[in-house]
Amino acid sequence: MATRHQRGLARLMVAPSVLLLLGWMIVPLAMTLWFSFQSYNLLSPGTEQFIGLMNYRFFLSDPAFWAALTNTLLLVGGVLVITVGGGVLLALLIDQPIWGQGIVRILVIAPFFIMPTVSALVWKNMFLNPVNGLFAWLAKLVGAQPVDFLAQYPLASIIGIVAWQWLPFATLILLTALQSLDSEQLEAAEMDGAGAWAKFTHLTLPHLARPITVVVLIETIFLLSVFAEILVTTNGGPGYQSTNLTYLVYSLALLQFDVGGASAGGIVAVILANIVAIFLMRMIGRTLD
Amino acid sequence: MARTVTPARKLTFTILAWGIAGLIFFPILWTVLTSFKTEADAIASPPKFLFFDWTLENYATVQERSPYVRHFLNSIAIALGSTLLGLAVAVPAAWSMAFQPARRTRDVLMWMLSTKMMPAVGVLIPIYLLFRDLGLLDTRSGVIVVLMLMNLPIIVWMLYTYFREIPGEILEAARMDGASLWNEIRHVLLPMALPGIASTMLLNIILAWNEAFWTLNLTTSKAAPLTAFIASYSSPEGLFYAKLSAASTMAIAPILIMGWFSQKQLVRGLTFGAVK
Repeated sequence: MATRHQRGLARLMVAPSVLLLLGWMIVPLAMTLWFSFQSYNLLSPGTEQFIGLMNYRFFLSDPAFWAALTNTLLLVGGVLVITVGGGVLLALLIDQPIWGQGIVRILVIAPFFIMPTVSALVWKNMFLNPVNGLFAWLAKLVGAQPVDFLAQYPLASIIGIVAWQWLPFATLILLTALQSLDSEQLEAAEMDGAGAWAKFTHLTLPHLARPITVVVLIETIFLLSVFAEILVTTNGGPGYQSTNLTYLVYSLALLQFDVGGASAGGIVAVILANIVAIFLMRMIGRTLD
Repeated sequence: MARTVTPARKLTFTILAWGIAGLIFFPILWTVLTSFKTEADAIASPPKFLFFDWTLENYATVQERSPYVRHFLNSIAIALGSTLLGLAVAVPAAWSMAFQPARRTRDVLMWMLSTKMMPAVGVLIPIYLLFRDLGLLDTRSGVIVVLMLMNLPIIVWMLYTYFREIPGEILEAARMDGASLWNEIRHVLLPMALPGIASTMLLNIILAWNEAFWTLNLTTSKAAPLTAFIASYSSPEGLFYAKLSAASTMAIAPILIMGWFSQKQLVRGLTFGAVK
């Protein structure tokens, strides 16, 4: 039985974490919200004034916003399709009886640990570069014209780079889930004469449904905030072709110094992320019961 | 009854799996190989895979031309600092929530998780302005605090899921045997909690080492960790592939090795215990 003294101590132990996170979340978010109603540019200090929803009107009617929103959705959607689709297939393959499973696993998971600026620059220079990149050499090998990927297909190139980083994550989670699938159940199904396809659709796939959902939701949270990969490869260009919401807000704030407009953009990004977060929280909340 | 696997089938799957794994790993291998080439060999066409003049020159040049060691130490200070600070705050919290759950514990945990869902751009501007006014821009301590706050929910959650697996009866048994509080902590709790704390620490170091939003926006030179330093290679002059590769290889090697050792914990930490 917890005594009153113990309960008090317990609260005291939780308090620092709660207070820190409360400060981290509430204070800056309230400031962003406040700035979003102001005309506030760092280049003309002292001219700040309340302008109501004007920043939102400008931001939401800016073609850059719609381009960035579309790019954000394409980036998140594209990477999800590649990583979840590829991850399921790869996890199933590695889960087969093969020689050197441990080493295969280590090789596959490696890209996840590479820092974003390194992977983006390695891909940009050593693979996608139209003169010195390996892809250009491969193209010439088969007699094709080398493609300037980052200039012609900037968003698709970034999707490729980011998918390379996240495929290991999806594979690892799905593989872990597969390996927890009860082998007795599988054997029982086999005894009952279930074929490979029946086993897959009736046992494996339902078993993977939950981990797949978790992968989709967690990746979405991180993918909405892709930043470094864009910064070091295309700077969001050409034009706005590879600008996502995160990058747009960054460029409004720290390149154009438009604090008001960038804050309105930040709030829009928070709202979008929250829509995803609600679903994720429900999924994870169930594991607590 | 074990499933019978024909050798032919096993061989086919093995070749397929190794082929795909090799392709996925290739960019990393290629970076490491290129770091040992001369700049001319690095862009040779056709590419030179293994037969080139191996050289360590790039590693030396990277050190000479830039304060590489300083950036490396910044990375270590930021990753370790934010992790240890986070653990100091999170261990008591996770401990008390796991063993003295209150009515609101579940809500508190969920709320902590929700702070992790907030996109960084939502708070970029105030943090940047506050840092500017407080003189924290381009300082290690500033970045350490931000990364600690950013990862605190993951640390609390991960510790909580580990602590919850420690059976409470053991504590009671120790108490019945007349163990003092200090002995209880030292001989019973600590040994059982250490693996969880170590895993949490490992995962958090990896996350902090590779973090590339705040480090890029809040540091410029003095406190820049490797993420930000490597980014400076995005606008290069002249031949630089081999040097970029050498700088990259050194930046990823320690964390890659740590990562391989912490695969299982990674799954648990990044899914907030939803997949084990």
